[in-house]
Amino acid sequence: MQTKRTIFGNQGLPYLLLAPQLIITGIFFLWPAAQAVYMSFLREDAFGLSSTFVGWRNYARLFENEEYLDSINVTIVFSISTVVLALGTSLLLALAVDRMIRTARGYTTLLVWPYAVAPAVAGILWWFIFNPTIGIMPYILENLFGYDWNHLLDPDDAMILVVIASAWKQISYNFLFFVAGLQSIPASLREAAAIDGAGPFKRFWSITLPLLSPTTFFLLVVNVVFTLFETFAVIDATTEGGPAQATNILVYKVFQDGYVGLNFGSSSAQSVILMGLVVILTFIQFRFVERRVTY
Amino acid sequence: MILKTTTALGLAVGLMTGAAQAQTQIDWWHAMGGELGEILEGITTDFNASQSDYVVVPSYRGTYTETMTGAIAAFRAGEQPDIVQVFEVGTGTMMAAEGAIVPVYQLMEQTGTAFDPSVFLPAVVGYYADPEGNMLSMPFNSSTPILYYNKDVFAAAGLDPETPPTTWTEVEAFSRQIMESGAAECGFTTGWVSWAQLENLSAWHNQQIGTLQNGFGGLETELTFNGPVQVRHWENLARWQEEGVFRYGGPGGGDNAPPAFYAQECAMYMNSSASRAGVLNNSEFEVGFGMLPYYEDVDGAPQNSIIGGATLWVLSGGSDEEQAGVAAFFNYLSSAEVQAAWHQQTGYLPITQAAYELSQSQGYYDANPGAEVSIQQMTLNEPTDNSRGLRFGNYVQIRTVIDEEFQRLLAGELDAQGALDAVVERGNALIRDFEDANG
Repeated sequence: MQTKRTIFGNQGLPYLLLAPQLIITGIFFLWPAAQAVYMSFLREDAFGLSSTFVGWRNYARLFENEEYLDSINVTIVFSISTVVLALGTSLLLALAVDRMIRTARGYTTLLVWPYAVAPAVAGILWWFIFNPTIGIMPYILENLFGYDWNHLLDPDDAMILVVIASAWKQISYNFLFFVAGLQSIPASLREAAAIDGAGPFKRFWSITLPLLSPTTFFLLVVNVVFTLFETFAVIDATTEGGPAQATNILVYKVFQDGYVGLNFGSSSAQSVILMGLVVILTFIQFRFVERRVTY
Repeated sequence: MILKTTTALGLAVGLMTGAAQAQTQIDWWHAMGGELGEILEGITTDFNASQSDYVVVPSYRGTYTETMTGAIAAFRAGEQPDIVQVFEVGTGTMMAAEGAIVPVYQLMEQTGTAFDPSVFLPAVVGYYADPEGNMLSMPFNSSTPILYYNKDVFAAAGLDPETPPTTWTEVEAFSRQIMESGAAECGFTTGWVSWAQLENLSAWHNQQIGTLQNGFGGLETELTFNGPVQVRHWENLARWQEEGVFRYGGPGGGDNAPPAFYAQECAMYMNSSASRAGVLNNSEFEVGFGMLPYYEDVDGAPQNSIIGGATLWVLSGGSDEEQAGVAAFFNYLSSAEVQAAWHQQTGYLPITQAAYELSQSQGYYDANPGAEVSIQQMTLNEPTDNSRGLRFGNYVQIRTVIDEEFQRLLAGELDAQGALDAVVERGNALIRDFEDANG
């Protein structure tokens, strides 16, 4: 690591230049976060007419609440499946594109397209494709494989649907980074290994993958955060957390309890926990996973 | 030239705002989409044209839940509309919010508007009044679930197209005959499992929904709709779903139920009487109407069905002129002509006796067979403590709980008793939370 140091003539200038970003962060991140922490200690009626300080009770209640514990399980299953699927698929696609010579650029463009689709729109698309009454997929599954798809009733079908829909959204992003990562690996290393007699699989495991690990690590962090927060729109548009809360991930539950249920104390406590979870996860990832990463 | 045009434009704009300022604007947030929304906007246009002091501005805010939560969020931010349409299950929450709402009887007193609650149908008044009989919100669109059936399919299956099933035994027998004859794939489907197949089922069979007169008596109420009749019905529904007799249309309003009926996949369909306009517009077959089925061996069945739909709540914080405008608008809304037109165009119940009588004298029911079924069903018997309606805090979430446990039942994770016990247990916890926050 090298440190860059720029000297500003005017003492105030750096702060002035930072100000727009700081103000935005303050208004849109710090202030609401502080509000959430404050409200998580209160008990309030829906209209905010009366509020009482209740200490840790909102938190204590959450961990006695079976649905909340279920939601944690659902989130774990959902996050791991989505991250594995999104990273795995995009790595395969990136490897395939990396081997191409003429058409790589065209494929790259095509594969990046889904990233431009807004999550809510993507959710609606998946809703149409998998709709048990009018969708094309249940029709195909029924006729070709004899599988009765119904994500409105079957919790596994619902989970598969939201995992596919969320991963699909993230594949483009991961793909771009993987392609860039692959292109920065010197061809000479792989060629040398090939001359030494290493097969394509061996070359991938002992050369490409380790050299790609900074990218993979970065994407892992981004993807985990993505599955925890930004999958909201996809879930809202497809399953709405159902059936029977089978896809009710933590962030969706925050919305359900807060916005629909108007239970702001509990909802705030949940978002504070979620915030803490992300801080811890990011810390663990940088602290421990990073050590194994070869730069 | 350019300067002249700009000045003229400026003048014109100035004049227009001048004209608008003379009138008081009344904001009305509602949840009526599609055909219903257009009819609603027609009412406000007529009201605005009928006088020059007030302009009612209706604004569509999405589903009932979205409209209510949106208005509450707006209230917290001090940006609330004057009037908000809240569905019947939100009544408990709105009632408890003293200080956020202006009870309608009080509004009418303050503004000196004549207002007589006894002109409304008793079933409607009972639902939206406080224990002293004071009206808290303005009844607007009330409906009750009824049975729609496909006469063409009935005829094709060799059934009498003029005779709807009256009991669940008949529903099952008719369904099987329809399925065996190949006239349709499934017997029946339903919108609003929570409202039609649990709450109304209970009232229709005179079974208790919750203690303290279904929650009308106070916040310390508890749900009790896990009794034998409800368990038996849910057990049947789960079995019928397995056999194809019944098709589940999804949680909440049951989005997949209407298409299944319109596409003639299911021969019978239970949903709000206000679905009438939609059903008639979307079906290319003869539609028949009937009352909800009942279990003939249950004592006291059929009792009477309970209403759903929504009322208009006045939020506090409006100026005196705004409140006077709201009162004038409510007065206009409850006139027999407006009510009768709304009832006839939408299928919602005529909420005043006068509107019902006007519709009768206009010959509406003779010209539209089946349109009276909802009123007859709702007023079939004098309501009991079990069939007046229901009022629980956090009932919006309890509705979700009902859907979730019903899904667990259909997925085979629980039996009917287990599912209803779970509804009661989780529902009671939500009611206790509400009591806690509002007690």
